[in-house]
Amino acid sequence: MTDVAPVTARRQARARWLLLVPALTVLVFAASGPLLIVLIYSFLTPGDYGGVLWEPSAQGWFSVVFERDFFTDELSLADAHLSIFWRSVKLSLMTAALAFIFGFPTAYFIATRPKEKRDLWMLLIIIPFWTNLLIRTFAIAELIRNEGTVNTLLITMGVIDEPIQMLFTEFAILLGMAYVYLPLMVLPIYASLERLDFSLVEAGYDLYATRWRVLRKVIFPLAKPGVIAGSILVFVPSLGAYVTPRVLGGGKQLMLGNLIELQFGQGRNWPLGAALSLTLLAIVMVALLFYVRAAGGEEGRHG
Amino acid sequence: MKLKVTLAALAAATAAPAFAEGELNIYNWGNYTSPEMIEKFEKEYGIDVTITDYDSNDTALAKIKAGGHGFDIVVPSGTYVPIFISEGLLMESKPNEMENFKNMDPVWVDVEFDPGRNYTVPWQWGTVGMTVNTSVYDGDINTAAIILDPPDELKGKINVVPEMMDVMSTTIYYMGGDQCTTDKEVLKKVRDKLVEAKQHWLSMDYGNIEKYAKGDLSAGVNWNGASLRARLENEDIAFGYPVTGYPVWMDNAAILADAQNVENAKQFLNFIMDPENAAMLSNFARYANGIKGSEQYLDPVMASAPEVVVPDELKAAGKVSKTCPPEAQKIYTAIWTELQK
Amino acid sequence: MAKPFEVHRQTGFATMAGLCFVVLYLPIVLLVVYSFNQGDSIAIWEGFSWRWYVSAWDNEQVQAATVRSLVIAFWAALIATTCAVLAALATTRQERFRGYTFVFAMINQPLMVPEIVTAVALLIFFAMIKVQTGYTGLGYLILAHSAFCLPFAYMPIRARLQGMDLSLEQAAMDLYGTPWRVFRRITLPQLWPGILAGAMLAFVISLDDVVITEFVKSAGQDTLPTYMLGQMRRVVTPEVNAISTVLLAISVVMVVAFYFLSRTKKQPTGG
Repeated sequence: MTDVAPVTARRQARARWLLLVPALTVLVFAASGPLLIVLIYSFLTPGDYGGVLWEPSAQGWFSVVFERDFFTDELSLADAHLSIFWRSVKLSLMTAALAFIFGFPTAYFIATRPKEKRDLWMLLIIIPFWTNLLIRTFAIAELIRNEGTVNTLLITMGVIDEPIQMLFTEFAILLGMAYVYLPLMVLPIYASLERLDFSLVEAGYDLYATRWRVLRKVIFPLAKPGVIAGSILVFVPSLGAYVTPRVLGGGKQLMLGNLIELQFGQGRNWPLGAALSLTLLAIVMVALLFYVRAAGGEEGRHG
Repeated sequence: MKLKVTLAALAAATAAPAFAEGELNIYNWGNYTSPEMIEKFEKEYGIDVTITDYDSNDTALAKIKAGGHGFDIVVPSGTYVPIFISEGLLMESKPNEMENFKNMDPVWVDVEFDPGRNYTVPWQWGTVGMTVNTSVYDGDINTAAIILDPPDELKGKINVVPEMMDVMSTTIYYMGGDQCTTDKEVLKKVRDKLVEAKQHWLSMDYGNIEKYAKGDLSAGVNWNGASLRARLENEDIAFGYPVTGYPVWMDNAAILADAQNVENAKQFLNFIMDPENAAMLSNFARYANGIKGSEQYLDPVMASAPEVVVPDELKAAGKVSKTCPPEAQKIYTAIWTELQK
Repeated sequence: MAKPFEVHRQTGFATMAGLCFVVLYLPIVLLVVYSFNQGDSIAIWEGFSWRWYVSAWDNEQVQAATVRSLVIAFWAALIATTCAVLAALATTRQERFRGYTFVFAMINQPLMVPEIVTAVALLIFFAMIKVQTGYTGLGYLILAHSAFCLPFAYMPIRARLQGMDLSLEQAAMDLYGTPWRVFRRITLPQLWPGILAGAMLAFVISLDDVVITEFVKSAGQDTLPTYMLGQMRRVVTPEVNAISTVLLAISVVMVVAFYFLSRTKKQPTGG
């Protein structure tokens, strides 16, 4: 494709932008437009009872990182915000990892089924998500409660004497989030594995002899676009997760999503909320751009 | 009256195309509106009622402020009514001149958030107190020490509802302060007490009726109606009113300034001030209403419930929640964030 | 020397996958069980009854909310997937073009902004349009859902496309001539698993959305999740379990039908 004439190239470019028109239109209306509002809001003064006053102010941005102690009036780093940021990033990374550990074998399993049955297996993955998110989360809470199904079962089987405290722990949040976001990992990996030519895998096995090496040298490279897509789809929404940490984690510790929600709700500081979310956006943006640069090089080779 | 209706209908018919006769759009907390009562209203007046839910006062406020929503009636808590009024979002519909206003309990007429009731009509009211499993702890339950200086048998089994203002107020009263205080000495004690107490809490969550009933939780800050539901599942559950002070809240129905079905909305406000209808609301939502004479229509389980009927000696400790000034709100948010960091 | 390699039977993987399915369905089983609870609770079993099915059958609000959720999810998934396929075709398998990073960031933008922020911003933005035009229909919700479902539809399609062979299409270009026919005969069938994955994700993401819907909805536009959210603070009854079970039953019937269809069809396209 590198030797095409300039005319074709120009026509191609036009076709490309035409293809992008529908997506960009939807996004400009329902994502970028609103984002612009958020950006403007982050530079305004909070209204007394929510909303904003049209007076420019950098206080929102300032408060993301710094706080003035209301008792001593001392200026210091806003360690509450920073520790909440850190907790969210940590939990989201762990969620993505856990979703991968469960998701990859599952996707592989589905991709190795006979062709006509694969769609059926995919549907089986997605069916649990037809039920309402809150009800599903409550059901998980019910399973792992102290007097819940799992503990009762373990006690009657004599494995444990005392119920294990699972609900309201970080383990519960992780389990819940990995559960909720599992299809976001499985489906993209499946989509890229499905085209995998398994005769290649068998050939690879002759060549590399051990299963681990086949995985590493043949399967993982082929699955990579799907794994990356899945990780993004799990990691990023986890950062803003709201319901699961509250129901399963007991809500004793704020996550980023809850912190931002607090500013738009009872905290009545919309500019700070806007600034906090743009900070989050910046972090994710940097991570994604990094990915585009890294993955982009390979893609060029395909063309 | 008839003339007014006709005029209003005429004016509306020519002005607003979205107006359809016999409609009413209510914007209310979820699972808070008795379907039976709505059915009765629809039958009696030939009005088609649509209910849309919200989950917090702030959501309702933000949405109504933004405009273009299409609602006629909203049901904000007392602490939000002054905000709604000062933002010009409510219509001065004069419920105090309506026929059924005579049924209003005088206690609830001259409330601080709407003196004389020019805008709002009581929907439900309740208290924020202590839910305790008395088989686990049989000491005094009429104290906030249950959650702030918890006895050993309750430690690690405590839940606190994540309502910033209710938790802050309860703690401020416990430390000897007043509602909406900005006194730094008091607030410092409040913060330290909360941070210290939090390590004994298991969770900060809503909807814990089952967990109280089944013993996952033994105590906590709770609403009286939720505590009542838990007791119906497990008779060991009791509800305490802290003597140092406890928040009393009231949700109120009001007509929006840009309502399109004003006459229907007025009929609805009048309708819910009827004792029988108010009792239908209470029987469904499990909280008290502010209407005299509704007792006789209440479910027996409600009429005598210690969660609903505040004992006389503890009545004085109840403090109706006010709208705190922004300065106070700001400090409270900082403490609240600090608490959950 | 080595045993013949059976890719289809990777024991460790199959075990993990099995475990994964068990974990996925355990809460669902519980949810279904409690939909038949006689008591008011989603966690205290008080005996069998159809009570909540009857109650859901009588509750117009919850039924309307369920149907509305499905309608919105259907349109949002359709719009998002269509846009995503076109966008994926434009952004993969070719030389890096100017603005590529911008487009990629644009498509993923809905993922990166926390829901509550998009919700508040959309509320303000749409309210202005609502006041100006007087239109308060479902269109706003469908548009908002389409936007945040887009990255979920785009990612699997893009991942699928990235590894597809270009030479086949180039050969077909000589054979069939028009790009549209090449797309329909060659690209689309190959891309299909990605499209299906993307559409399914978009559908369930839309079905689960609470926060944005809560802020964008107009009078009488509750969806099942916003209805549930309203309940969360008061009391949650098994009524929604009953509705979820009905939805499950419908989807299981659909899957069974699908299974038999795909068995009898004998793959006319040859994959």
